[in-house]
Amino acid sequence: MSERKFTEDHEWILVEGDTGTVGISDYAQEQLGDVVFVELPAEGSSIDKGAQAATVESVKAASEIYAPVSGEVIAANGDLADDPAKVNSDPLGDGWFFKIKIADPGQLDALMDEASYKSYVEGLH
Amino acid sequence: MTSQDAELRRTPLYDLHRELGGRMVPFAGYEMPVQYPSGILKEHAQTRERAGLFDVSHMGQLRLRGARAAAALENLVPVDVVDLPVGQQRYALFTNEVGGILDDFMATNAGDHLFVVVNAACKAADTAHLRAHLGAGCELEELTGRALLALQGPAAAAVMARLAPAATGLVFMTGAAVEIDGTPCFVTRSGYTGEDGFEISAPAERAEALARRLLAEDAVAPVGLGARDSLRLEAGLCLYGHDIDTQTTPVEAGLTWALSKARRAEGARPGGYPGAETILRQLAEGVRRRRVGLRPAGRVPVRDGAPLLDESGRAVGRVTSGGFGPSVGGPVAMGYVETALAKPGTRLVATVRDKPQEIEVVRLPFVAPNYHRG
Repeated sequence: MSERKFTEDHEWILVEGDTGTVGISDYAQEQLGDVVFVELPAEGSSIDKGAQAATVESVKAASEIYAPVSGEVIAANGDLADDPAKVNSDPLGDGWFFKIKIADPGQLDALMDEASYKSYVEGLH
Repeated sequence: MTSQDAELRRTPLYDLHRELGGRMVPFAGYEMPVQYPSGILKEHAQTRERAGLFDVSHMGQLRLRGARAAAALENLVPVDVVDLPVGQQRYALFTNEVGGILDDFMATNAGDHLFVVVNAACKAADTAHLRAHLGAGCELEELTGRALLALQGPAAAAVMARLAPAATGLVFMTGAAVEIDGTPCFVTRSGYTGEDGFEISAPAERAEALARRLLAEDAVAPVGLGARDSLRLEAGLCLYGHDIDTQTTPVEAGLTWALSKARRAEGARPGGYPGAETILRQLAEGVRRRRVGLRPAGRVPVRDGAPLLDESGRAVGRVTSGGFGPSVGGPVAMGYVETALAKPGTRLVATVRDKPQEIEVVRLPFVAPNYHRG
């Protein structure tokens, strides 16, 4: 069963077994505005939870994307090179950033489930 | 609401911006819309393809009156104001003692006064500067009760033809008093986008009705400050505080076209403004660095502040404006480089997040202008 969890920095990770797909939430893409470039981590690289994993450039500014959990990057979304707008149009689907082999599944416990994240976002305003 | 928010000012169109879904951000002490729900890319395209309506009421509008007004203004700018024909608008620069730029602005001879529009971030300083130097026989009025709207794009003329036919007689960089939808306005055919368009000064209490009337036209949509920046960058236009500031002279900035012949060494009224010695010397001898257009080779935007290196890694300049150019379809930038490397085609390296990005010097503008010259 796959489950989507969220961070306070508005990243999501969709967990399937010991791998996760990572992207940013609908709230995040809306806040960023039109995305024009995405810099993704290299396949095979190791990243630590909370470390900078990717960069999203909107028209106005660059924003850092942080790894929700530690692990090894096993895939990066090559489609975003030609069509960064996917991050805006389908942030939870085709706008995914990278896939990661999760080193410590226990780190997922600290993340918010969808309902908690929804409340968290509502509380931001 | 934070204490910072409490200090932000609002233009007469604030309520309209909120109603239109504008995302409000602080800018030059005002709450301004950076974009509307359509987003910056669509708003930018709207302006290049149809017409965009911008609220620029945060900018400073001033009237200089009196027999000595033009002569007094000439004491502060390297521009011909004394012989500015009635109805003509001119781009001008306040300079400082070392030839640096205090602000860039537009001045129009409105017949019985000079109509001046200055940058929002500089309006308090510019007003103080003028008051300190204008002297007798010249009065300065701050038009705090007026709004300023910009209608820009290829469809702007057709819209004005319907609402204010008199305005369509204007050519680029001219202005006149024109009634629009029953409201007495002062209109200039100019802007900050590279497109044909009009800037409309209207009484604040009529601004919302005027904006609604313009937005009721199919071809017109609201455009925020985000797209205003990408439009002017593609047009190669300077943003004060970034591409020009107190440390850049008009010669270094590539604005020699704005330095009127009458105020040059061989002109009728040479010098006579702050920094004239430096500027006239630079006109004669050249400068060590120059503003240039820059085109990154890849897709990574290269932004304000990025260092520029030559291919050997030596620091040779700095980016002063940069971002994504929607009409160009890729990143664009402007910056200063050593004069020897300012030739279009020169390959340089920009540092972005500690990584080298190839970048090339290119001619400005990135997008050809569509001014209506008649």
